[in-house]
Amino acid sequence: MSETRVHFYQVGSFAVGNRLLSAGERTVQSDRRRTNSIDSGHRACQGCGEALGARYALDAAMRVTSGQLVAVNATGCLEVFSTPFPETSWQIPWLHSLFGNAPAVATGVAAAMRVKGRDQVRVVGQAGDGGTVDIGFGTLSGMFERNDDVLFICYDNEGYMNTGVQRSAATPPAARTATTDAVGPEPGNPFGQGKDLPRIAMAHGIPYVATATVADLHDLERKVERAMSFHGARYLHVFVPCPLGWGAASNDTIHLARLAKETGIFPVYEAEYGEVTGVTKIRRPAPVTDYLRLQRRYAHLFGHPGRPDVVARLQAMADANIARYGLLATEEDE
Amino acid sequence: MLQQIEGSHAIAESVARCRPEVVCAYPISPQTHIIEAIGAMVKEGTLAPCEFINVESEFAAMSVSIGASAAGARAYTATASQGLLFMIEAVYNAAGLGLPIVMTLANRAIGAPINIWNDHSDAMAVRDSGWIQLFAETNQEAADLHVQAFRLAEDLSVPVMVCMDGFILTHAVEGVDLLDQEQVDRFLPPYEPRQVLDPEDPASIGAMVGPEAFEEVRYLAHLRQLDALDRIPEIAAEFAEMFGRDSGGLVRPYRLADADTVIVAMGSVLGTIKDAVDERREAGERIGVLGITSFRPFPLEAVRQALGARERVIVVEKAFSLGMGGVLATDVAMAIGTTTLHTVVAGLGGRPITRVALLDMVDRARAGALEPLSFLDLDEGVIARERARMATVRRSGPFAENVLRDLGRPREDQA
Amino acid sequence: MFQVRIHGRGGQGVVTAAELLAVAAFREGRHAQAFPSFGSERTGAPVVSYCRIDDREIRTREPINAPDAVVIQDVTLIHQVDLFSGLEESGYVLINTSRTFTELGLGELVERCRPDHLMTCPATELALEHVGRPVPNAALLGGFAALTGQVPIHAIGDALRDRFGPTIGERNLAAATAAFDHVRAQMEVVSGAAAD
Repeated sequence: MSETRVHFYQVGSFAVGNRLLSAGERTVQSDRRRTNSIDSGHRACQGCGEALGARYALDAAMRVTSGQLVAVNATGCLEVFSTPFPETSWQIPWLHSLFGNAPAVATGVAAAMRVKGRDQVRVVGQAGDGGTVDIGFGTLSGMFERNDDVLFICYDNEGYMNTGVQRSAATPPAARTATTDAVGPEPGNPFGQGKDLPRIAMAHGIPYVATATVADLHDLERKVERAMSFHGARYLHVFVPCPLGWGAASNDTIHLARLAKETGIFPVYEAEYGEVTGVTKIRRPAPVTDYLRLQRRYAHLFGHPGRPDVVARLQAMADANIARYGLLATEEDE
Repeated sequence: MLQQIEGSHAIAESVARCRPEVVCAYPISPQTHIIEAIGAMVKEGTLAPCEFINVESEFAAMSVSIGASAAGARAYTATASQGLLFMIEAVYNAAGLGLPIVMTLANRAIGAPINIWNDHSDAMAVRDSGWIQLFAETNQEAADLHVQAFRLAEDLSVPVMVCMDGFILTHAVEGVDLLDQEQVDRFLPPYEPRQVLDPEDPASIGAMVGPEAFEEVRYLAHLRQLDALDRIPEIAAEFAEMFGRDSGGLVRPYRLADADTVIVAMGSVLGTIKDAVDERREAGERIGVLGITSFRPFPLEAVRQALGARERVIVVEKAFSLGMGGVLATDVAMAIGTTTLHTVVAGLGGRPITRVALLDMVDRARAGALEPLSFLDLDEGVIARERARMATVRRSGPFAENVLRDLGRPREDQA
Repeated sequence: MFQVRIHGRGGQGVVTAAELLAVAAFREGRHAQAFPSFGSERTGAPVVSYCRIDDREIRTREPINAPDAVVIQDVTLIHQVDLFSGLEESGYVLINTSRTFTELGLGELVERCRPDHLMTCPATELALEHVGRPVPNAALLGGFAALTGQVPIHAIGDALRDRFGPTIGERNLAAATAAFDHVRAQMEVVSGAAAD
């Protein structure tokens, strides 16, 4: 499916209403016959980015597989809020085993489908950032390396939110969490190399790797559909703000996701067989302070005296992303 | 067909004839020969359809098995020792989900200190996991137990672990009469899951269960174990009727009639014990053996009936609970109540259990000189010397290495 | 029950020798049990394997502490490892060497044991000649068959063909047969000497 190039913006967010698109280009969610893979009534917090991302991703996967889909879930918010038994939000076959093994369990499901001659049934594994970059990293890398036929989706909200907002390897520098308090000379999460999982995924040479945010749901759907056009291991890293864990307003989820992309903090791109094939350009560049100031987890960087030095380091990280992926739009892009 | 075959290869052949559909492999001694042989069968196409997956860890081996089993495939894997401990979270999970995975456990000690030889510490570490645990006495029984294990697991939707002594059985070449494909097919019907991931009939599996229902859910799992106490002998009887061979069951009594002394044990050491008991029977001693085949579920009633009112019961076990004593003995004690019970921990980390040592043990028991808990062939001297070192020097160093150094010293230096 | 202990070094086919012996005995309708010393031994390290042969089911799992026969694949183990531990006076010893027991410093053994039970065989040379590789295990099995009479040479041949296929199996059998003849000839000399 080709990328949509539309130039009439109806709202300040640059969102494009479905009614302005042709029927074939409209989002899955605009279709009244969509599957609602995750049905309403689940127990996610207001403004949960993960619930939004998962629903769009799985409905898109459902459409492209004609409903022949099984989801495997790691332990975490998504698992807990979706299955307060006897209620379940899942309209699709769904299996939760453990925190650290969702990629391997997904491999097993895919193997069973293949051996049963049901290759049309596709498998999605999903986890938060803890289940992906930390405890599930070994099984994820194994699944990538074997090129098992699984789309694995990480909903990255940059910490262990289910257990009460602790630091993960995806927590950004300077962010306050319950285990990286905003005290001492280096408040919040220490600066380090971080763990850039999309690039680690690319290093496995798997067919498809992409990043997305819940600010551009049409892009998320398109990437899921693109991912499902490949067989083998695929990885989708979705940026999903967590109002509770980040100390942000529930109604700022989309706004924060968009700012993460527009500041360069979260580069949005896709890659095939280890090579970047497409980058979503920044439309309206913004300084990282616009993004940081909306979140209490960074509150210690501002106020008096504040930590302009730390903010500058974060800005430098964003600038490095912009340079690495060529995120700034040129005249030609406009 | 009766053939002279390595234990591991016999298991691989036996498992292959059970038509597993997903087999996960991660190497750990002494389990390797089993999965290598199955891998070769899949690669050459003699075992098909089957997905053979070289996973990156034991944790993944059990996790892939969970996914495969939940999606309706017959799943098999094998492990040992540290590997079992590395997958332990998934081991519990498979049982909790009620997935009928079959796994061979090539019993091996657990470190530190690292030790690749046989004992039963690994199996004991997961005795409460909800898996059925069957112990094989010989390679013949191990081969037969795998066929029964798939049947049992799928009947009850409970995973089954077939425990066989690492090296002692896995690497022994001896006569094994393997069932052929037609025979296994007659005994083991295709897997019909109770629960399955199917887009045509979506179900959510693995939801959180809170205080309002957790106890009931666990109790139901316990009841399935109790069901197994019925099914295990039934399946063994059916197996015996079909193939004319006694394999499996709950317990294995040997020369128990009129015995005043009974030795209880599990696994391959039973053979050595039976030889020792035969020797004493010929000398007129009233002694017998009770082999435990089903360790989980533990056959309390069968053990109670078999042991009845004996003068003394000696449990010889290849594992123990540090700070407590016998593991199997604790279960046996629960079955028999007040009879004099001795626990003899033996064969740890591959130490040979000899007929001579066993006979000495029996003599000490008869003379009233056997402690409630004792360790067979324990070198008291080396222990006393290390305890003395620890008492005199604060930084006495790593005790395992100290013991090795002590044993490596010339004798006169030790005195 | 006849119990055999085979000593050698990693890479010399010590474990295979015990397995082949067990298969040969099995093919003769006997019960047999072969097992290695279960170490994580590397190439060149001392290795022990065991084989039991009986006319009834073998139940014991203890290591062989009182062997009826000891086969030594590598003379460099002599005086390094307690090779003859538990060996009865009536026991058999077969050593891969072209030297004599006395030359190897095993005079004590010569005094203790029956002379027709102590045999040597240049198995490595025979293997090089017939198989082309210095792996003495098959040849020693031939020598063992001659020395103890526990298994016939044709059963050793069957086991070798089973294990290595017709071509390599045949070559190994040629080495085994040569060793069989060598040991048989040596035994005739000894019994002749005894008769004198």
